[in-house]
Amino acid sequence: MLAVQVLINALVLGCLYACIAIGFSLVWGVLNVINLIHGSFIVLGAYLAWGAYQWLAISPWYALVIAAPLFFVFGYLLQRLLLNRVITAPVLVTLTLTFGLDLILNNAMIYYFKADYRKLTLSPPTGSISLFDVVVPVDRLIATASALVLTGLLYLLLRRSKVGRAIVAVRLDRDAAVLMGVDVKSIYAIAFGLGAALAGCAGVLMALIFPISPLTSSAYLGKAFVVCVLGGLGSVSGALAGGLLLALVEGVGSTLIGPAHATTLSFVLLIIFLVVRPQGLLGRKGFE
Amino acid sequence: MTRVNLALLILIACVASLPLFGGAYALRIGTIACMYAIFALSWNVVGGFAGYPSFATAAFFGFGAYATGILLNKSVPLSVAVIGSLVMCFLLAAALGAVLLRLRGHYFAIASLSLVEVFRELVNNATDLTGGGMGLNIPLASGSGILADATFFFYAMWGLLLITAVVVIIVSASKLGFGLNCIRQNETASDMVGLNSTLYKSVAFGLSACFVGAAGGIYAAWVHYIDPSDVFDILYSVKPIVMALMGGLGSPLGVVCGAFVYLGLEEVVWRNYIQIHSGVLGVLIIMLLLFLPHGLISLRSGMFWRKAKHV
Repeated sequence: MLAVQVLINALVLGCLYACIAIGFSLVWGVLNVINLIHGSFIVLGAYLAWGAYQWLAISPWYALVIAAPLFFVFGYLLQRLLLNRVITAPVLVTLTLTFGLDLILNNAMIYYFKADYRKLTLSPPTGSISLFDVVVPVDRLIATASALVLTGLLYLLLRRSKVGRAIVAVRLDRDAAVLMGVDVKSIYAIAFGLGAALAGCAGVLMALIFPISPLTSSAYLGKAFVVCVLGGLGSVSGALAGGLLLALVEGVGSTLIGPAHATTLSFVLLIIFLVVRPQGLLGRKGFE
Repeated sequence: MTRVNLALLILIACVASLPLFGGAYALRIGTIACMYAIFALSWNVVGGFAGYPSFATAAFFGFGAYATGILLNKSVPLSVAVIGSLVMCFLLAAALGAVLLRLRGHYFAIASLSLVEVFRELVNNATDLTGGGMGLNIPLASGSGILADATFFFYAMWGLLLITAVVVIIVSASKLGFGLNCIRQNETASDMVGLNSTLYKSVAFGLSACFVGAAGGIYAAWVHYIDPSDVFDILYSVKPIVMALMGGLGSPLGVVCGAFVYLGLEEVVWRNYIQIHSGVLGVLIIMLLLFLPHGLISLRSGMFWRKAKHV
């Protein structure tokens, strides 16, 4: 029964990991920028959900709907006004720029919300489902389902809409996309906005499950790194595969050798993957 | 010896006269200035010469600090412990470099970043050896008085800076430096003409790690207490990059100037805006990247030195 429980936990956590990483992966794949502010976006989303519930009594499901457009606009403007100026510069410059932005946002959050850990507690509590000996909390289940819906929406957007196809085209071959009449600058901004929106929504979902603090942003960022490298860049299915694999390795690892080593294990896995299979599990060029 | 390198050595020599002018505070600032300059010079070997965006500085700083701390606790003399950490860091980094430097661009950046995480978690979990999250106490070296101690550690760090600068200058003028330059400009082409790029990159990574490790060792002995979240702070990886960008990528004089200017700014910001210091640092980084992308050295009038070589 323990094995089944570990598997179920990994499945639930894996979808959430995928949701954390997918916006990061989109930005990395399309803009070729490692977006270090991603972790802070997630935490900001979590605070949004917490504040909306605490002060305005807005349930997290509605917060999800509010967070998406807000973060999209925020990300869009950030890219247009700042990142776009250095988008052609080497890795080091864009990476350092997003690091600077992250410092500002994180410091602002510490300043306004303090570094205390907070928790969004739904009332009445949602309880948990137990089937035989396997127990799954309902809030986790709902968050996982929402994460899957979000990933599905992104998949549909990239697959069906005109903007989505343009994003995929830019990711595959920027120069060819320019020749086909795609406005690359606006696509970059839209992709970054989408990444931010996904991060914000992921944050709202995280608020349901994990404690909220500005200090947790680097942990989220670390997960996003690992998932991206494991699954492969810029693809929806890659992020899902990476998220599930990471959750599985962490779950099995912490059961067998103790939870203290779970993070080490995931980063060792990351380095091994980088060296042996840098294109990731489902590494292909472009989206499916 | 070019005029730029001569200017660098003169600058470092000037720093040595610092104890004449100030008390314990000046010595503390001076020690940190030397440490930052070591970071920036070391990072410059792999980041500026070879063009690999390394975020591994904090990993080797922490490794050196812990290696020295553990050796000192086993009552090994300080000099032996620091030299031991230097050698260990060189070998470890060269071995890791041979594997990790096969990656390019973003992938290398991520791998070096996760090196810091792996080292921190390993130290955190090896409680028997390192004390884990409780940190590691390091015995007092001499106990000959606060000011004498501060002066000793200042000169220790300064001496290490001098050695680092001399080694970096020798490297930049040698075949190794030339090879690293080729790798930065076009690695495939330099492979084609028969350059052993793996060896060159490994040696460069080793060199960029060993002095940082030794600085970590001196730092550990200086502050007497280290813990994983302090010495494996990711900011130690980012600061050298900011310094190098501030001073001018690739030029040894530029990065050392960048380190001193950065420390000055950091000190002012810390003193005046303690609550928002990291936010102000972020603003500085962004302004720097947007408005001064080639560093302070690009402001020169051309009167004092010739065109910087590696920009």
